[in-house]
Amino acid sequence: MAEWVNACAINDVDEEDVIRFDHGDRTFVIIRDHEDNYYCTDGMCTHEDVHLEDGLVVEATIECPKHSSIFDCTTGEVETPPACENLCTYPTKVEDGRVYVEI
Amino acid sequence: MPRDYSLIGPDAQRAVDAGLVTEDWYRTPIDRKQMKALMRRADQPAIRDTSILFGLMAVFAGVGIALMPSWWSLPFWLAYGVLYGSAMDSRWHECGHGTAFKTRWMNQAVYQVASFCMIRDPYCWKFSHARHHSDTIIVGRDPEVAIMRPVVALKVAANLIGVPDMISGFRLMLLHAAGRIDPEEAEYLPPMFHAKTIRTARIWVAIYALTLGAAMWFQSWVPVLLIGLPRLFGCWHMVICGWLQHGGLADNVTDHRLNCRTVYMNPVSRFIYWNMNYHVEHHMFPLVPFYRLPELHRVCAWDFPEPCHSFAEGYAEMLPALWRQRKDPDFHLRRPLPATANPYQDTPAA
Repeated sequence: MAEWVNACAINDVDEEDVIRFDHGDRTFVIIRDHEDNYYCTDGMCTHEDVHLEDGLVVEATIECPKHSSIFDCTTGEVETPPACENLCTYPTKVEDGRVYVEI
Repeated sequence: MPRDYSLIGPDAQRAVDAGLVTEDWYRTPIDRKQMKALMRRADQPAIRDTSILFGLMAVFAGVGIALMPSWWSLPFWLAYGVLYGSAMDSRWHECGHGTAFKTRWMNQAVYQVASFCMIRDPYCWKFSHARHHSDTIIVGRDPEVAIMRPVVALKVAANLIGVPDMISGFRLMLLHAAGRIDPEEAEYLPPMFHAKTIRTARIWVAIYALTLGAAMWFQSWVPVLLIGLPRLFGCWHMVICGWLQHGGLADNVTDHRLNCRTVYMNPVSRFIYWNMNYHVEHHMFPLVPFYRLPELHRVCAWDFPEPCHSFAEGYAEMLPALWRQRKDPDFHLRRPLPATANPYQDTPAA
């Protein structure tokens, strides 16, 4: 059953940046866009097992650091190949300066 | 040890069994804020260079046409050829990575034009190049190994005038136009892209047919000097730069400092090659655009082997190694690291 998990402080992630967030045996990324919205997606690119923590965030997209696949952070949709599968995304909320993720 | 470079041969499985098909390649540690600044995109440098490139191509072709049939037109056609057959390779490469321009459609537009000039299907080569970055010079996995071992000198030299590439490009284009995908390409091209590849090939065949038709109709060389032939007589610059990328260095390793080479080049070559002479840097951090590679090079210097300081120095290092690899395919160069560097990652990380 999904639960809200305290992932990080809002200032742990810079504007248009990403950090890694591990929970249990799963790995995710927390992304902050240019308008201070926060997103959570699976940590690994769907093309190959490359972690997105080193990726490039531009507005509300994240680009894989190895092969440049770009994903829409709001939906997880692939915008450019070589990835062909969308990323899983997870609901987030900000409360008391913390980012919570529903996993 | 013999090598089988086929992607569907025994070395493909051997690479998997040896743990070489991995994402755990060595990366020089760089502060995240600094890395973000290095990856930041801009349109201006690529717009400037693309305007210069297409402007020069128009001028060289125009003067070449105006001076025909005089031999004085020859240098202009040769210059046009280098921009068509070599500069388009680096535009294909950088725009394929999506790093040249900040604006995505600009990358796409230049990528499509450059793919046509190089006779490289834009979809197959997108995935082929992704594989080249995943499994750089891993035998049986990397589809873009320029110099295979044991080195066959004549075969390598033939690439200087683009003959093997042109034959391969046309063979695959005609195969695609006939509605088929090569089995090796099918190894990395997802089925959802097959239809796009086939459609592209049919458009290209139509363009080449029109070009040939125009040449025959007008009884003129001009159409084929503008489209197609420069891929042969203009590719030499791409080839002499490309050989230096990995030639004579290690294969089957997971550290780009062992299998890539950085070479300082003159400004003209760097314009044509779009700074891909910073090749270790590019492979380790492929999201850094061409115009920030010199800066990345400075940031990584403490951890990288000394670059070659010129074409001549690069070839002086590489050619004897290639010569030896004709008989001893296991031989490769291993350049010393500076005292400040982290040790080489010879084997896959545990």
